Amino acid sequence: MNFNISEEQAMIKDSVARFVTDDYSFDKRKKNVAMEAGFNPANWQTFAELGWLSIPFPEALGGFGGSVVDTMVIMEEFGKGLVAEPYVATVLLFGGLLAHSGEGELQQQLIAKIIDGSLQGSFAYLERQSRFELSDVKSSAVPKGENYLLNGEKTVVFNGSAAEKIIISARTSGGQFDKNGISLFIVDADTDGLSRTDYRLMDGQRVANITLNNVAVSKSRLIGELHQGFSLIQSVVAETTRAICAEAVGIMQKLTETTVEYSKTREQFGTAIGKFQALQHRMVDMFIAGEQTRSLLYRAVCSANANSDDSEKDLLALKVMVGRAGTLIGGEAIQLHGGMGMTDELDVGHYVKRLMMINTTFGDADYNQVRFSKLLNR
Amino acid sequence: MDTNFSPEDLAFRDQVRTFFQDEFTTELAARIATPTSHAVAIVEWQKILAKKGWIAPNWPVEHGGTGWSITQDYLFERERAAAGVPDVVPFGLKMVGQVIIAFGSDTQKQQFLPRIYNSDDWWCQGYSEPGAGSDLAALKTRAERHGDDYIVNGAKIWTTYAQYADWIFCLVRTDPTSKKQSGISFLLIDMKTPGITVNKIDSIDENHTLNEVVFDNVRVPVANRIGEENKGWTYAKVLLAHERTAIAEIAKSGHYLADLKAIAKEEISGGKALIEDTLIQHRFANIEIELMALEFTELRVLSSFAEGKGPGPESSLLKIKGTEVQQAIQQLRMDLAGYYSGVVTGELSNEQIGHAFGDRARREFMYGRAATIYGGSNEVQKNITAKAVLGL
Repeated sequence: MNFNISEEQAMIKDSVARFVTDDYSFDKRKKNVAMEAGFNPANWQTFAELGWLSIPFPEALGGFGGSVVDTMVIMEEFGKGLVAEPYVATVLLFGGLLAHSGEGELQQQLIAKIIDGSLQGSFAYLERQSRFELSDVKSSAVPKGENYLLNGEKTVVFNGSAAEKIIISARTSGGQFDKNGISLFIVDADTDGLSRTDYRLMDGQRVANITLNNVAVSKSRLIGELHQGFSLIQSVVAETTRAICAEAVGIMQKLTETTVEYSKTREQFGTAIGKFQALQHRMVDMFIAGEQTRSLLYRAVCSANANSDDSEKDLLALKVMVGRAGTLIGGEAIQLHGGMGMTDELDVGHYVKRLMMINTTFGDADYNQVRFSKLLNR
Repeated sequence: MDTNFSPEDLAFRDQVRTFFQDEFTTELAARIATPTSHAVAIVEWQKILAKKGWIAPNWPVEHGGTGWSITQDYLFERERAAAGVPDVVPFGLKMVGQVIIAFGSDTQKQQFLPRIYNSDDWWCQGYSEPGAGSDLAALKTRAERHGDDYIVNGAKIWTTYAQYADWIFCLVRTDPTSKKQSGISFLLIDMKTPGITVNKIDSIDENHTLNEVVFDNVRVPVANRIGEENKGWTYAKVLLAHERTAIAEIAKSGHYLADLKAIAKEEISGGKALIEDTLIQHRFANIEIELMALEFTELRVLSSFAEGKGPGPESSLLKIKGTEVQQAIQQLRMDLAGYYSGVVTGELSNEQIGHAFGDRARREFMYGRAATIYGGSNEVQKNITAKAVLGL
């Protein structure tokens, strides 16, 4: 038993932490988020040069062959810096689906481009009605000659505006809610019949609604097995969920530290407000909530690393706690900052918004608590 | 003890209902709900209410109050909320108006009350300062007497809607030698006076609500002081109690909850309406039960008003629970919106985004964080309750 990270992982952690300290001040982050893509393309090149974009990919695909722990280490530091560059959308979701779908020429070619920083990708899985059900897919793909014709609508596609290539889940057989019959297609964003409406989420990331109107996609652009896309989605979503939970743990730590620091300097009634026992207890509760979440993160990472039967249960527990503890920590961080917590100028609100978006991504705490209960009682 | 309504009460209720149906048009409602047209539209609505004579029910009849019974007050509020009609902007009608009525001179009453009644002036509140938040009595904005004027220097912060304001009511320090609550005076200041600067504060809900108001040698006639010099804290406390009662917005919470149920019936998960989900039902039930209790707590407080007791320490209870319920509703609105809860609609239309509720959920949630902070943070309300009610 060992909860320490390896020397190599410590080096990755240090390098991300150094980048955040040196090049990702809150002011710079604001400027990055305000850019057209919703992030800074120059930073993306830095990530490529530092090798971060290669970490989760297997060596056979030109990657670093990193483990779940490596991704966790990076994401936690990204969380502390509130890094807006689309590591989740391009590397973990888009790249993850590619990497899990085989080691063919298409995968080799595209993953090489992700690694060198020249390709932005995205995964369009949500539809207006689907809420948190990944298998609720109405968009359709119908074979026609050498192509499939795609029709339907996808919403809140992460990195959907900057992505040059988008993996789209579409129904090739079965009914709207069937897990069987979902297939994945990789589509160029500028293909005829594909239109995008892009907008912002409150955490700063740019997303898009995508309309597919008889979009012709070559049969060679099918990712994974026909009708069997769902299991691919499930494994990649599980990996990405772990990653954003690590990001959340970084954010929780940062929010607790910032709040404790503020309470030491803000004076009211002739003393630092951190001296008030009522407030001390609340900050202790924030700290405990953060530590409990970190424990579930380590638990989920260990079971995933060991490919254990518990990994699904551990991940659901983690996601539930990220939601619950995130609500507590985020709410208290703003409240204890008083009026200052309401200002856009302070970083606190921005961290809270990202925590809230992490809660809804891949199912919120309520949703995953139901899944957890069903899993336990089945 | 009963909660029966007489035939007269029911007739009154119907009259109110018809009035809101006829006068509060969907067009007006839409403009009030839009941040960019809010200020103009809400004034337009308040003028309609004033014309009807219903703008300030709790004011004394001689100043335009309605003289309603507590039952009528309750019915009016209930109908207002059910019709989705927003409360009046509180700063003039519910806050400084009450102070002028209670402590103002006859000249001040004549000068200010009709204009407040008719929403001719927009008021804002100059209480908090960068160094005086929860510890309001630590305020430092200085008013120095020069003949018939005070010269005011300092800064007020978190001033809601100062950008629209014609007047600001301010707590200022007139006696720097005395500490804390003593040595504070209550001044009414014309926002057009030279030396006043309003600086916008960008807030996490991305609407322009908050401001900093800076006073640089601002000349204010002594005639604009309420009551006695150095006794301002006494008047301010009365106002604070009114503010707390107003912040609770219990009727509005009831209306919002109904609104959320409509969303939960429409939005689906796995092909079923969200409202069919047991967990979602429990979320609603938890809030509903708190709100049911709160409605009666408010009635109990109102009935003590009717017996001639002003709002006292129990207004803290209303503020604490009222804002907690508001935030629970805001959280539920976010959770119902799911992936759409973070959407910033911006220049796009609801059709392009695919729904109308996500952007609203975000704005209300983020702005709603302030409710447990302003009007005396909930922590301060608990201190007040511990001291004034429990005698600790």
